[in-house]
Amino acid sequence: MSKSNFTRRGLLKTGAVAGAGLAVPTVFDGSVWAGSHSGYRNAPQGDTVTFGFNVPQSGPYADEGADELRAYKLAVEHLNGEGDGGCLSTFSSQALNGAGVLGKKVAYVTGDTQTKSDAARASAKSMIEKDGAIMITGGSSSGVAIAVQGLCQEAGVVFMAGLTHSNDTTGKDKKANGFRHFFNGYMSGAALAPVLKGAYGSDRRAYHLTADYTWGWTQQESIQAATEAVGWQTVNNVLTPLATTDFSSYIAPVLNSGADVLVLNHYGGNMVNSLTNAVQFGLRDKMVNGKQFEIVVPLYSELMAKGAGANIEGVYGSTNWSWTLQDAGTKAFVKSFGTKYGFPPSNAAQTVYAQTLLYADAAERAGTFNPCGIAEALEDFNFDGLGNGPTFYRGSDHQCFKDVLVMQGKTDPANEYDALEIVEVTPRAQVEYAVDHPMFAGGDLGSCNPGA
Amino acid sequence: MLGLDKKNSALLLIVIALTVFAPFLMNPFPQSSGLAQFNAGYPDLMQRFVIFGIFAIGFNILFGLTGYLSFGHAAFLGVGSYAAVWMFKLLSMNIVPAIVLSVIVAGLFSLLIGFISLRRSGIYFSILTLAFAQMSFALAYSVLTPLTNGETGLQVYNDDPQILLGNGPTVTHLFGFEMNSTSTLALGDWAFQFNMGYYVSAVMMVLAFYLSMRIFNSPFGLMLRAIKTNQTRLNYTGVSTRPYTLAAFVISGMYAGLAGGLMASMDPLAGAERMQWTASGEVVLMVILGGAGTLIGPILGAGFIKYFENIFSKINENVLHGWFAALPDGLENAIVWVLHFFVGKGWHLTLGLLFMLIVIFLPGGLVEGGQRIGRLFKRKKSGDDASNTKPAE
Repeated sequence: MSKSNFTRRGLLKTGAVAGAGLAVPTVFDGSVWAGSHSGYRNAPQGDTVTFGFNVPQSGPYADEGADELRAYKLAVEHLNGEGDGGCLSTFSSQALNGAGVLGKKVAYVTGDTQTKSDAARASAKSMIEKDGAIMITGGSSSGVAIAVQGLCQEAGVVFMAGLTHSNDTTGKDKKANGFRHFFNGYMSGAALAPVLKGAYGSDRRAYHLTADYTWGWTQQESIQAATEAVGWQTVNNVLTPLATTDFSSYIAPVLNSGADVLVLNHYGGNMVNSLTNAVQFGLRDKMVNGKQFEIVVPLYSELMAKGAGANIEGVYGSTNWSWTLQDAGTKAFVKSFGTKYGFPPSNAAQTVYAQTLLYADAAERAGTFNPCGIAEALEDFNFDGLGNGPTFYRGSDHQCFKDVLVMQGKTDPANEYDALEIVEVTPRAQVEYAVDHPMFAGGDLGSCNPGA
Repeated sequence: MLGLDKKNSALLLIVIALTVFAPFLMNPFPQSSGLAQFNAGYPDLMQRFVIFGIFAIGFNILFGLTGYLSFGHAAFLGVGSYAAVWMFKLLSMNIVPAIVLSVIVAGLFSLLIGFISLRRSGIYFSILTLAFAQMSFALAYSVLTPLTNGETGLQVYNDDPQILLGNGPTVTHLFGFEMNSTSTLALGDWAFQFNMGYYVSAVMMVLAFYLSMRIFNSPFGLMLRAIKTNQTRLNYTGVSTRPYTLAAFVISGMYAGLAGGLMASMDPLAGAERMQWTASGEVVLMVILGGAGTLIGPILGAGFIKYFENIFSKINENVLHGWFAALPDGLENAIVWVLHFFVGKGWHLTLGLLFMLIVIFLPGGLVEGGQRIGRLFKRKKSGDDASNTKPAE
């Protein structure tokens, strides 16, 4: 082995050389340092533009994540002029023509959020820093969506929220770089309460089981407020951890609580399990206070209905959209999704498809991918033809306003995808609220951040 | 140099060189080539490498030296993160108070848990630490929501007090140097990213590494090794081992707190998941994979696991189809079908297989692998030199 001595002189010499080596980059002029001249972060270089699809591929919301990913891929095909073009022809803004966005072909990267805020942020960061994604979209858990939205605001890219139903996403956690097409807990409450009153009367006692995070909390608050406004009482609200798979211990106390309605503020795999547990405990066959015991699931999805099977028969809930709608946008989307995958899309798929198209359209109209330009194009934008009827993207909180569907589990579904039927299409006016509504107060949109 | 012998000085210089040149070393493939997928030289991942390196170095001081296997170290990391984010919320976005407080809080917390858990050894100790960590997770996840913001994760809002903020930066910074500021050096088809946050974390890791070297070579370190070898004998000779194990436990807890504080400094959000038992298990894997009881092993293990987690998990079926597009369709689909179990969300499977292989064939971890390769070359050079190699530590 060679003998080496660490002398002070030797160390100083080495240090000086290393220091000089490190300083070398600073003598290059600006042209070597990429991205310093575009004015915004991750400005697309070359002939492609990269979107980042950040969805849960594992965890309780994995089914929703998989369906979102299908819709994203479909949207990219349509933007690049492949397939049948889907909603491009029905969209009221005709800026997109299937030749990519601003002349650039759309490429994408995907990531797994694991339904965890930390993992989701790591995944989004790698998309932004490594893959140069200009826009991040996805979600399925509001906690994750809020965490990623915050990250995108700091990093200076646009976040197009996917499935996130918490009031906070466009309420106290709203961000100037974040946009939501999906509806929220308040809208569910406003749409459901009148229907529930009509079906079950105004003298009911509700027991809430609530997923223990931002979405559960705000939805529960919204449903409680809306049902109490029509005369119901709230017996109890029990918070359940998101990772729970067996809800028996939460269901048993419901029987002795004197409640006659169980409200399940659960989603995805959680809701499938809690509803199945509740039905197994025979809750729906009980008579309490002289009334039939009922179950309500405020936020429904086709995938949950499929997972819960016959248990959802007659159960009321709300959705953002349904593939059984008959407008031109819905028909076009359902047709191309069905042709590609062989089954109808869920409302998670529809919202992310719409979000991707809305982003692309905004970039096309703004003539830039700069987040500030996109924001300007999306704020107070009125559009139609994406399946939800006339829709308004409110500029003051970046929330979309449109009709909300009240759904009920079908008694004899023709097939597993047809398990829900539309009870009422609640008009947009009934679910609108002021920006400073108490349930949404406390946030600060801030100003758009282009990142560079 | 600096109170280290020649061999350890060389090791320290190697670690310094690796961390300084990481932006180049991690980015070997040109951006337009298909292999760019395997580049790891972007700020977030490099930060993770060194931060989890610190975490693993600290864990190794407890596990590698005393043999006490803690399954609850993620709790200290999580506590450190929460402490740091609270500093951001209350004071300003400067990372110094945040990191100081996170180390202190994690130290106190580990003192409490260590004091109780170290009354037992072996599997009972492991189970106790696991129980405490899961308790902390459950507390952070729901019971202490006002303090931790539950599942959403603690983050900084515009309306937080931040009494020292003034006109200072609203992103995390070290006396004005913003953690997320990155300069990109474009050389031909390569783009090397130099990130302030990474270099701050890297300096911390080098310091942490140096400290762990000094601990390994100190009389205190020798005592810890004696505990690992035969604790009963020490007790019979009249040495009380608990102060030593407790000190090791608290030191490694403070390392975890430092890692947690740095994580929050790079990205000011603290989620409860980083306290979950899977996170505690991860650091055990890192240390064993790299080589428990060796100096550089934990850093290698941390890098190895984080690389798999972030790079392999992003290879999806489309990427696979891209790689094998040249093959006939049937064959291509068959290969992709087989491989897709091992990449993307199946990266755990690949990691598990590699972990099995390493534990079976290289019980000393990656460090032993390196030593074997080293011996192979030495034997070729000068026949009988192999007999007097000392195990590197």
